[in-house]
Amino acid sequence: MKAPDSTLSRRDFIRVTTLTGGGFMLSLALPGEAWAQPAQALDDTAKVFTPGPFIKITPENIITILAKSPETGQGVKTSLPMIVAEELDVDFSKVIVEQAALRADVGGQSAGGSRSTPNNYMLLRRAGATARAMLVEAAAQTWGVRANELTTDNGRVIHAATGRTLTYGELATKAATLPVPDERNIKLKSEDEFKILGARVGGVDNPLIVTGRALFGIDQKLPGMVYAAYEKCPVYGGKVIGANLNRIKALPGVRDVFVIEGTENPSGLLPGIAIIADSTWAAFSAKRQLQVTWDESAGQGHSTADYEAQAAAAFKAGGKRVRNDGDVDAAFAAGKVVESAYVYPFLNHATLEPQGCTAWAKDDGIEFWTTSQTPGPGQQLVSDTLKIPKDKLKVNLVRAGGGFGRRLANDYMVEAGAIALRTNGAPVKLTWTREDDMRHDCFHRPGGFHFLKGAVDAAGRLSAWHNHFVTFGFKTTERPSSSADLALDELPARFLANYRLDQSIIPTMVPTGPLRAPRSNALAFVMQSFIDELAHAAGRDPVDFRLELLGADRLVPAAQANGVPYDAGRMKGVVRLAAEKAGWGKKLPKGEGLGLAFHFSHSGYVAMAAEVAVARDGTLKVRRVTAAVDVGPIVNLSGAENQIQGSIIDGLGMAWLQEMTYDRGRAMQGNFNDFPLLRSTETPAMSVNFIQSRNPPTGLGEPGYPVVPPAICNAIFAATGKRIRRLPFNQTDLSWS
Amino acid sequence: MPAYTLKINGQPRPVNVAADTPLLWVLRDHLNLVGTKYGCGLGLCGACTVHSNGVPVRSCQLPVSTVGGAEITTIEGLSPDGHHPLQQAWCEHDVPQCGYCQAGQIMTAAAFLRNNPAPAEDEIDGAMAGNLCRCGTYLRIRNAVKAAAGMMQKGGAK
Repeated sequence: MKAPDSTLSRRDFIRVTTLTGGGFMLSLALPGEAWAQPAQALDDTAKVFTPGPFIKITPENIITILAKSPETGQGVKTSLPMIVAEELDVDFSKVIVEQAALRADVGGQSAGGSRSTPNNYMLLRRAGATARAMLVEAAAQTWGVRANELTTDNGRVIHAATGRTLTYGELATKAATLPVPDERNIKLKSEDEFKILGARVGGVDNPLIVTGRALFGIDQKLPGMVYAAYEKCPVYGGKVIGANLNRIKALPGVRDVFVIEGTENPSGLLPGIAIIADSTWAAFSAKRQLQVTWDESAGQGHSTADYEAQAAAAFKAGGKRVRNDGDVDAAFAAGKVVESAYVYPFLNHATLEPQGCTAWAKDDGIEFWTTSQTPGPGQQLVSDTLKIPKDKLKVNLVRAGGGFGRRLANDYMVEAGAIALRTNGAPVKLTWTREDDMRHDCFHRPGGFHFLKGAVDAAGRLSAWHNHFVTFGFKTTERPSSSADLALDELPARFLANYRLDQSIIPTMVPTGPLRAPRSNALAFVMQSFIDELAHAAGRDPVDFRLELLGADRLVPAAQANGVPYDAGRMKGVVRLAAEKAGWGKKLPKGEGLGLAFHFSHSGYVAMAAEVAVARDGTLKVRRVTAAVDVGPIVNLSGAENQIQGSIIDGLGMAWLQEMTYDRGRAMQGNFNDFPLLRSTETPAMSVNFIQSRNPPTGLGEPGYPVVPPAICNAIFAATGKRIRRLPFNQTDLSWS
Repeated sequence: MPAYTLKINGQPRPVNVAADTPLLWVLRDHLNLVGTKYGCGLGLCGACTVHSNGVPVRSCQLPVSTVGGAEITTIEGLSPDGHHPLQQAWCEHDVPQCGYCQAGQIMTAAAFLRNNPAPAEDEIDGAMAGNLCRCGTYLRIRNAVKAAAGMMQKGGAK
């Protein structure tokens, strides 16, 4: 790769490298350099200023900022370096952003729980401010003046009294000789000095994305690379008994085929058959011709219809009481009672880039190029499973074609590692088919059943709430499976004197786990729909009813040690704003309706109002979704809006279309024909409104998503009088007369 | 294995591959043109969209043996310098989230704008309906296609 001229902007730099470099681009490790230790990812020669891992400034004034966390479409490869650039005080459009490999000196490198912004905001601000202070000190020493006479602007230090300026590049070699100051003595900018944070900044990889350059996990290519596919049992918990391996090995383009015994960990190395071939197509073709005898016994008796029957029986039998506040029965006796049952299905993540990973076994270790959201635990999983010390496992992070929680697991990584040990030293790229990806999503969003009973008192206030939650346990009835639990603090608990929660657990063989806004993505539908039912039963305006439930502006403490306080005032703020911006209260004809929902998750306060039109024949058109969001100050306004806009499309598609079902332990959906995504023709108008409250900034990948289904369903009720209590609602007849 | 000489982005590209290999995998594995993406393998998602004689096609559904002398254009060949009005508009509107589907989206939009240079919004949505975006960037795609159409009306790239 040719060294870029110092006058080139990032855009020009990208063009230079794409025109002359070929293959791996600036965000990816060069194959020849890839075995270098992580700490040397940014080179550290004497002339180059590298005050810690995040910043590198060369004498040629090339400013590089390290993007520490995995990029899965949530925008952190842009937003986290923006935080550094703000305090460093440089022109972000001229900065080169380099993706970090997994390394020990940058803090946690996971992407999940909408934690990237809150966990890194102050860390990265201090990193940028520390570097800036050292550059200022270098200028002070160069000019023989006091540091407090100097200011900075766009990558230059300025001595206003004499009109002198030096670029950061000109100061880099001097700054590199200075001690790194104690960060407690470093002054951060005040928010009114921000130039980059809060602005609209395009994704740093956009020029590469729109020109189709190698960027994603599936795009990796190494010298002498071979291609792999991996066949697993279609029934959960299955094992290999035998297969036509000799016939497969004789197929053109196939180099090897073998059984991997695997482990029982559903997010680990599952048993299966690996095929190594000359090309992806040769591997996929051979995979289709595999004839495997599986032991499918473990999955028998696990069908969606059975689960429904078991849930009904569990409701009849009664559940285990897990929370009981006040006197629910007395409130039921005194009030107007509503009873409803809500059901939502299992879901898969359906990232558009199927799972896969590139691995290269060499020097007693393995190097990976992975799209993981949790590369550290991925390294640990490989180490534990394949018995290789962690320091022999080098992990490069590459851009993922979608995450949504799927890549919190590292099953594809340990599969690639196990296969790489069998390729005689050739690097190998494992690619899953779409069907592998949906059926072997190693954890599905769990389905669930809520048998609800609520009451309103004579004054029309919510007075009691009883939920019998029937959920799933992975091979057990003792505890809920991952992401299948209901927090004891979940609304309306804490906001209502009379609240009761019972729970029953159905055992399942289907592994479950986090999908975008885990738990919340199902619970908001149930809670906000049933609150709506009770508001209507009380003859109340659904917004007023909700504001009354939230009560006075105050911080409601968590009842559990691991819970989080709930700021009623922030939530009321977004409810009011969404209602106002949506024109709440306007008269609409029959067949048209406005619905509102709110939900607190991942530290974010979100309310949305949906406006729908339902034709007499039941055809639904979602006209507009108005979102109001309080996650504190916004880092990247363009990226933040994109997350909310995407959550609206994702939530609408989920509520309307998506469902995983099972028959005798087998997932029935395998591609986008039976597990559809929303299409462009169903895109509603959207209005995204942020309340940038003076709270610490928090993440946006998740909290927008849960609110969408109940906002839509409440609007459908307002339009038609039909209450949706089962998702997806494409199974519900919405016609009216 | 049979030998084919494909015409890709204006260049003759000889390959030796099995006759049933979809053009998608010839591009990705044999010609190192990885901008064209695998999403579903059934022509359902549009991530693999390329142009064949200017017409958008699903390269995952096109066996190499049927390509013949067709002029194939991929995202890498859409413009000589990466400055097609759609590519500019995609950056200006910051369309991508994960970005995986976007090459296919742009290829569909490029063919569409050739036939309908001044489309209405619902025509854009209709034309793009075969290209799935898991991240849900449809609103920005619509706005970027509209902006690119405007740029092209004014005489190409700015």
